[in-house]
Amino acid sequence: MKIAIIGFGSVGRGVAEVLLEKREILRKFIGNYKVVAVTDSRGGVYDEKGLDLKEILNIKRKRGSLPRQVTSMDVVRDLDFDICIEVTPTNIENGEPGLTHIRECLKRGISVVTSNKGPLVVAFKELMDLAEKNNAKLMFEATVGGAVPVIKLAKIDLAGNEIISVKGILNGTCNYILSRMEKELLPYEIILEEAKELGIAETDPTYDVEGIDASAKLVIIANALMGLNARFEDVERVGITDLTPEAFKVALENGYTIRLIAEATRDYLKVSPRLVPINHPLAIGGTLNALLIETDLAGEVFVIGRGAGSRETASAIISDLICLSRSSRLS
Amino acid sequence: MSNMLTMVVELEDKPGQLIRVLEPISRLGGNVISITHKRDEITPLGRIPVRIAIQIDESKIDQLIEEIERKGIVIRSYNRIKHTVTTSLLLIGHIIHTDLRDTVDKIDQTGFAEVVEMRIVMPELNKPSTAFIKLSAVDEERLKESLKILKDVCRRKDIMVIEPL
Repeated sequence: MKIAIIGFGSVGRGVAEVLLEKREILRKFIGNYKVVAVTDSRGGVYDEKGLDLKEILNIKRKRGSLPRQVTSMDVVRDLDFDICIEVTPTNIENGEPGLTHIRECLKRGISVVTSNKGPLVVAFKELMDLAEKNNAKLMFEATVGGAVPVIKLAKIDLAGNEIISVKGILNGTCNYILSRMEKELLPYEIILEEAKELGIAETDPTYDVEGIDASAKLVIIANALMGLNARFEDVERVGITDLTPEAFKVALENGYTIRLIAEATRDYLKVSPRLVPINHPLAIGGTLNALLIETDLAGEVFVIGRGAGSRETASAIISDLICLSRSSRLS
Repeated sequence: MSNMLTMVVELEDKPGQLIRVLEPISRLGGNVISITHKRDEITPLGRIPVRIAIQIDESKIDQLIEEIERKGIVIRSYNRIKHTVTTSLLLIGHIIHTDLRDTVDKIDQTGFAEVVEMRIVMPELNKPSTAFIKLSAVDEERLKESLKILKDVCRRKDIMVIEPL
């Protein structure tokens, strides 16, 4: 199996490290594999005989970018490989550059594993149809909930169930801020600064605190699990920036806390701060993610775990990779 | 699920009036949910309308009304709500500045839903305040409808509504 890694930020590097580290174990699942292409936003390297990942990781660490031997577009359009791991950064506006990368691969009948939310939010149905038409697969476990199994849990383990609704915590940064506000009863701004210092919130936290990231994930979950054809604009979205310590105080006095909840039903998609009973499974602390899935046969199923991090995301990508190789061997 | 009764009584503005209403409620096993003095709606005769929400056994309601009236207390109106469903929510924003009365009235005017409990916390003047509200309605459908009315009013007034899960 020849793998191309498109995107070499923290997720791409995390995947490369796991592919190196777990080579013996992974061979048992996916057979012999080699990474033939690795690209980043500046350039990339290609070797049909297989690249030395250790050396590539070293070059990236030292120089900050890869040599300009090939570009991402060269790889996805023209070069020879079997599976694409597309892990460029998310762009919610138009899905690029990931959308083009994924389209080009699928058109060539090459299956794609991605952690990139943008293309799936912008063009979910188009990409799924394109994959089917070309006898390829598009796997995207890593786009939602980080290491937490969501997509394959519903599609494989809960196969045959109708997913009636989902409710969950899909953004670890917001959950950290809210659970700290609950504990300290301090203003949002102070806790946000703390989260920035700890590297939990970014310098510009808009994407997280305005519920944009959670909404993108909700759209993917609703489309993949519930067969909807929802778009980002369909999500009724309220962020956490206006929450006050008093809100937590009054909520707690009445047995509630406040969490940013992403909810999808057949009637609406909503990301907003909600009152959550303090003993409810979704009243979780820290940067964790969790999802409560309501089904017709299995009833309610609850999953919880780490929603971000390069190794955690690599976990989801590797499991997609194994799943792909199994299904291709079966067919 | 219990039966809810809300009534507006007109009380004279002197000590010991409220207890005269509460005594029969208590004796008949009623549970007082909220008491709101509408001091801004004082009557021409100088009486203060007081809105009382209670949970009480359906069969005791007629007796309660009779007993209160026998004491010479004016019951301006009362409204029984059967099998109430209740939900809690938080409002954050300039609740007082934007006329809280009007926000609550919009719900109470529906006749099928009421704000039965409210707690307001104001940190400082000109800072947004927070209200914890309990909303009751005759059934789930009506509860949803009243929640929608409240959300519409709050959207217009730029008040954030935090709904329950």
